[in-house]
Amino acid sequence: MRTEIIYENHSLYRDSFKIMAYIFGTGKKTVCIVGNMRGNEYQQLYTCSRIVQALKKLEREDRLSDGQEIMVIPSLNPYSMNIEKRFWPIDNTDINRMFPGYSEGETTQRIAGGIFEKIKDYEYGIQFASNYMPGEFMPHVTMMKTGFEDVKSAVEFGMPYVVVRNTRPYDTTTLNYNWQIWETKAYSLYTTTTDRINRESAERGVSSVLHFLESIGCVRYGRRPGYLSRVIDDREMIPVRTEAAGLFEPVVEVEQEVREGDLLARILNPTDAEERSRIYAPGNGILFFRHSGQLTYAHTAVFKLIPV
Amino acid sequence: MVKTIAEVSLPVMEKLKIRKNRLTGGREKEKKRISIVTGVHGDELEGQYVCFEVSRRIQEHPEYLAGIVDIYPAVNPLGIDSITRGIPAFDLDMNRVFPGNRNGSMTEYVAARLMEDLSGSDLCIDIHASNIFLTEIPQVRINELHRDRLVPMAEGLNVDLIWIHGNSTVLESTLAYSLNSTGTPTLVVEMGVGMRITKAYCDQLTDGIFYVMKNMGMWSGPAKEVRKPLIAAGADPVSFLNAPVSGVFLSQAKHGDSLRKGDPVGLIIDPLEGTIRERLKAPADGILFTIREYPVVNEGSLIARILKREAGERV
Repeated sequence: MRTEIIYENHSLYRDSFKIMAYIFGTGKKTVCIVGNMRGNEYQQLYTCSRIVQALKKLEREDRLSDGQEIMVIPSLNPYSMNIEKRFWPIDNTDINRMFPGYSEGETTQRIAGGIFEKIKDYEYGIQFASNYMPGEFMPHVTMMKTGFEDVKSAVEFGMPYVVVRNTRPYDTTTLNYNWQIWETKAYSLYTTTTDRINRESAERGVSSVLHFLESIGCVRYGRRPGYLSRVIDDREMIPVRTEAAGLFEPVVEVEQEVREGDLLARILNPTDAEERSRIYAPGNGILFFRHSGQLTYAHTAVFKLIPV
Repeated sequence: MVKTIAEVSLPVMEKLKIRKNRLTGGREKEKKRISIVTGVHGDELEGQYVCFEVSRRIQEHPEYLAGIVDIYPAVNPLGIDSITRGIPAFDLDMNRVFPGNRNGSMTEYVAARLMEDLSGSDLCIDIHASNIFLTEIPQVRINELHRDRLVPMAEGLNVDLIWIHGNSTVLESTLAYSLNSTGTPTLVVEMGVGMRITKAYCDQLTDGIFYVMKNMGMWSGPAKEVRKPLIAAGADPVSFLNAPVSGVFLSQAKHGDSLRKGDPVGLIIDPLEGTIRERLKAPADGILFTIREYPVVNEGSLIARILKREAGERV
């Protein structure tokens, strides 16, 4: 294993902005794994750090395949994380809305461009991603329909679900989309949380990546995959929306199976704790997403169910 | 008449309301309608004064109005009230959620209601104010897809520049694109700077709005003659100057300056060392129409935009 600073720029008063990669093996650029791109993606950073640890162990045990290079970039945005800000410190732009980047452009365009230049030639790209909605997810792989998506290979992560969804206009500047356009097979992995670390879920994420690496012949991992993934279109999911705003009091957990009519949450008046509304399961299903904010707005999808 | 076009309850004892003021005049049955929208980005305030001034002038002489003027001064009121560019709590750019969804989340619902209310206007003007980092000469930005219909309308708005830019998939979720692509002509104005009001620019645009209303037969009162804008069109009409190093920027040029390649634009200084890190020079001959306002810059921060001399054309 070796480390390399793959991108650096200089600030007036802060230490320079650096992106560091851990590189395992030499030869064909096979897999690139990236962690936090936003400053609140602690779980994504943590999961990558555990992958680095796992790959170091496999390397010591001589279980990495010859002729293949694996690059792991745990943090693409240490600046934002160090000041507990989600997006870029000075102008609040999102690096994951700047791909493929532009070396002569604005700061985050340059960062995205600098990173992309280093990671665009890998055969496989894995990103630990987060959603703009605060919430917990059932672990899954998301694939955008770009015409280049390889759903079959995504099953090899052994995560419970592979979610396929249509591309929206603003997706076209994300890393995942551009990886695909540049013919890298790209996967967005979601473990349960984002801004707090869930160690158990992170370990499942590590395990999923190692299974995947084994399936493409990069490592000899030797354990059975966790799940036989079910592939679903995100339009199959049932969003469950709030009727009222207020304090959000869920009574179910992500991954729980619910039956039609089961109570999922109560919405309370924040000043006198009177119930404003109850949210019931509209059908039988598995809880795929649960809102994690203390408050909720009205008309907000606070749960998503996978019908069973 | 002030009307609430969208209302959503917030969690703790508050309602989010999107409101408009409708001013009407004239007797004819088929009235034309102009809609003036601002505040999609909560840190852009130039449109506040334009809304006030358009309303004030009409109320001073309601007898001149023959049509409908709808004024939407705050379509992202939570953002304006909290100096937040996007929609607070979601960290979401409101100009990336159009056309919205009536059955969607709060933001999608508000966007959909706004679309419904604006649709059918004979002209919609969406006023923006750059951001807190850059100050812009009054300009209209037009997607090349809608050029033929919009440029003749934009020419009356009394702006200094019309910038016709290439289509971008990302921009398909903006208010202007969504309205233009569904048949409501919408002009995006960019002028001034975030978090401030530049009265001279606001008055300039307000004069243009009355000139356009007069041409549409909606205003029988006096309207000032308007300036002829430069048109930035074709391949690569604009030259960009980005900071090559981080530091503190001091401007040496101003809006409208006619620069020659190599002319000074500003300095990037290092207050710790007491040194000049970079002397910034114009990258091309042309007219300066964007200049950095916020002094602290990172490597890559946009410093200036110049309309290349060979690209600018008077209409």
